[in-house]
Amino acid sequence: MGAVGTFRFDLCTLPPEAEALRGEVREFLRETLGDMPPVKRARSWGGFDREFTRTVAARGWIGMTWPRRYGGHERSALERYVVLEEMLAAGAPVGAHWIADRQSGPLLLRFGTEAQRERFLPAIARGELALAIGMSEPDSGSDLASIRTRAERVDGGYRVNGTKVWTSNVHRADYMIALFRTRVVPEKKHEGLSQFLVDPKSPGITIRPIIELSGAHHFNEVVFQDAFVPEDMRVGEEGAGWKQVGAELAFERSGPERYLSCLALLVELIRAAPADPGERMAVAIGRLVAHLATLRQMSLSVAGMLQRGENPNLEAALVKDLGTNFEQEIPEIVHGLLGCEPTARGSDLQQVLGYLVQHAPSFSLRGGTREILRGIIARGLGLR
Amino acid sequence: MSELRSILADTVTRLFTDRVTKDVLETAEQGQWPAALWQALEESGLTLPLVTEKQGGAGGTWGDAHVLLAAAGRFGPPVPLAETIIASWLLSESGLEVPLGPLTVAPVHRGDVLRLERGSGGWRLSGTARRLPWGGSAGHLVVVTSPDGPASGARAMVALVAAGHAQVTPDHNLALEPRDTLVFDNTPVLTAAPAPPLIPGDIVWLCGALARSAQMAGGLESLLAQTVQYAGERKQFGKPIGSFQAIQWQCAILGEQTAAAASAAASAFSAADRSGPAEATFEIAVAKSRTGEAAGIGAGIAHQVHGAIGFTYEHSLHFVTRRLWSWRAECGGESYWAERLGREAASRGADALWPYITSR
Ligand SMILES: Cc1cc2nc3c(=O)[nH]c(=O)nc-3n(C[C@H](O)[C@H](O)[C@H](O)COP(=O)(O)OP(=O)(O)OC[C@H]3O[C@@H](n4cnc5c(N)ncnc54)[C@H](O)[C@@H]3O)c2cc1C
Repeated sequence: MGAVGTFRFDLCTLPPEAEALRGEVREFLRETLGDMPPVKRARSWGGFDREFTRTVAARGWIGMTWPRRYGGHERSALERYVVLEEMLAAGAPVGAHWIADRQSGPLLLRFGTEAQRERFLPAIARGELALAIGMSEPDSGSDLASIRTRAERVDGGYRVNGTKVWTSNVHRADYMIALFRTRVVPEKKHEGLSQFLVDPKSPGITIRPIIELSGAHHFNEVVFQDAFVPEDMRVGEEGAGWKQVGAELAFERSGPERYLSCLALLVELIRAAPADPGERMAVAIGRLVAHLATLRQMSLSVAGMLQRGENPNLEAALVKDLGTNFEQEIPEIVHGLLGCEPTARGSDLQQVLGYLVQHAPSFSLRGGTREILRGIIARGLGLR
Repeated sequence: MSELRSILADTVTRLFTDRVTKDVLETAEQGQWPAALWQALEESGLTLPLVTEKQGGAGGTWGDAHVLLAAAGRFGPPVPLAETIIASWLLSESGLEVPLGPLTVAPVHRGDVLRLERGSGGWRLSGTARRLPWGGSAGHLVVVTSPDGPASGARAMVALVAAGHAQVTPDHNLALEPRDTLVFDNTPVLTAAPAPPLIPGDIVWLCGALARSAQMAGGLESLLAQTVQYAGERKQFGKPIGSFQAIQWQCAILGEQTAAAASAAASAFSAADRSGPAEATFEIAVAKSRTGEAAGIGAGIAHQVHGAIGFTYEHSLHFVTRRLWSWRAECGGESYWAERLGREAASRGADALWPYITSR
């Protein structure tokens, strides 16, 4: 019987400058969001508002950790963490910059050409460029390496044919970073993949809305028919796509958005509780508070690892799986306690419940399904 | 990690690896006091992490104590290490001398009222302390009383009582760790002093919950290590059971619960260092309820993955799981602490939830 050294969650204490920033962000959100109704706040990073994004950018809160010469602000990963968690906790409509700030920007910073960095990063940091992610395809979800959309070399670039699906916000994005097959290597599906910056408005690209079960339009199907992508829009080496996507997904999984999606509902539950909530409700709320506090500590530890330049892949997968379970439990617990009907109108609580009960199933699908994450964790523990 | 902390971590891990053998665990379960183990702990300077160096301790922090208690959770040494750490800290904080030998603390059950009265020739103790860890085998007992019961705000008293002056009814918990009931009837105490202001009447309960959180988190680490190892070794259908997704996911969930428990416990010890345990009730409540929940889930998974062999007395899995099932109920179970957290959250109000969490 001994200690296992497979994952580490060292406590991370935020430095004073990060805590000072928290005050600024709260003040900003109070002013900007005003009395935004709870059901809007429940949308969290599902909310897309370019004007809001530009205001956030003007405060220097997009691309916070990037070098100044690319429009960044050279602040610490922990300062960035505080901004993110405050935005999420307030339910700010951060969707127009979330993807670019979280994964596309860091991807370009790491693998992009100098020209790509100079062109795209400052525009992202100004809040002017919304990005989308084109990875999934109709026949390739969890088995991402099996994608078939082909990018064939032609004069000056690539000709693309195939279909991407579930592409969030591409109908309002300025660019998408897509994963295509540039070479077919039999029996080796992880080889021959490459990433590209694609302008979704280029000829040969058709975007069709896919309506979610709630009636909302958020993701899309993107069909490529002889679409042209210039050579200089390839991100990284040809054939290095799989490695790059792995790094990108690690950025995607490591943030606080994987446990806070139902915070708005917990807040409304507490608002609905009487001054003496009674034992049953107090126990349920208290248990959620304990989970929330613990997940925040864990998420903060991951941020601490990023700040120290360590690789938190396993830790991020652990937090995401625990976090999405927590998020998905909240609507169930609220239902169990109150039994009130989830509705589109009704009280704030009913509306938030109505929105979240319909969106909760996606929390353990997006960014890698629960089953895939558990496989990553098992491998990290040495089982695969 | 500070130098002291890494020395403590290395020393305690080495000592427990050598000395907390199956044989030691089993003979202790038959009621024998593991004198050599205790002596080794004392000689290595591991029993008094929170006592000042001047008083013969290590002069460490709660974070240092955490390292020892997590190790105690991983190995399950059948001695009152947690109780001695808390008891000696209470004595040290109250300016009282710390005796050698194993100590225990009272009361560990809410509702147990111990009264300290000044009689002719000094302080005397009366009342019943139920199910004290090692109540019958500890050399001394540290009692915290407050004049109007444990929950009152009045200044608490800390008293040291020598063993052998109480009427003892021996018993034990599921893990066969002693849990003895002691009755005091005008029993003379060795020394007593008013507790410093930051030590309230329910301090034993709070520190007990804090210690058990660390022990449970440590116990889960051991379960994870044992379970992952077993899943890699045990073969069925011609391959290791760990190659089945169903088993991999069980191990992943066990890993998640272990990580959550470790984080919750670490955070409570760090809060205890920031402001003293009495001001860390939020973090202690989070830690005790979260580690307790993880303990139940984790024990279930560990047994499922081990199959029938893990259900035997012969296999050593139960040294951890029986402890977890006992510890999670001590010093407040999950619902006790969750209820406190829930009532506090409700009284702070909905809009204070996030600001409060981030201010801790
Ligand atoms: C709200 C939302 C937004 C999204 N946005 C984007 C986006 O912007 N860009 C993008 O590219 N994609 C996006 N996705 C797609 C997302 O990445 C995929 O849904 C995900 O990768 C799973 O693929 P799938 O839906 O095809 O399910 P499948 O892979 O078909 O899985 C179906 C079920 O089978 C399980 N399963 C699959 N393989 C295994 C296995 N090996 N072992 C055990 N179980 C397995 C899965 O866990 C799941 O439960 C989004 C999805 C959602 C829900």
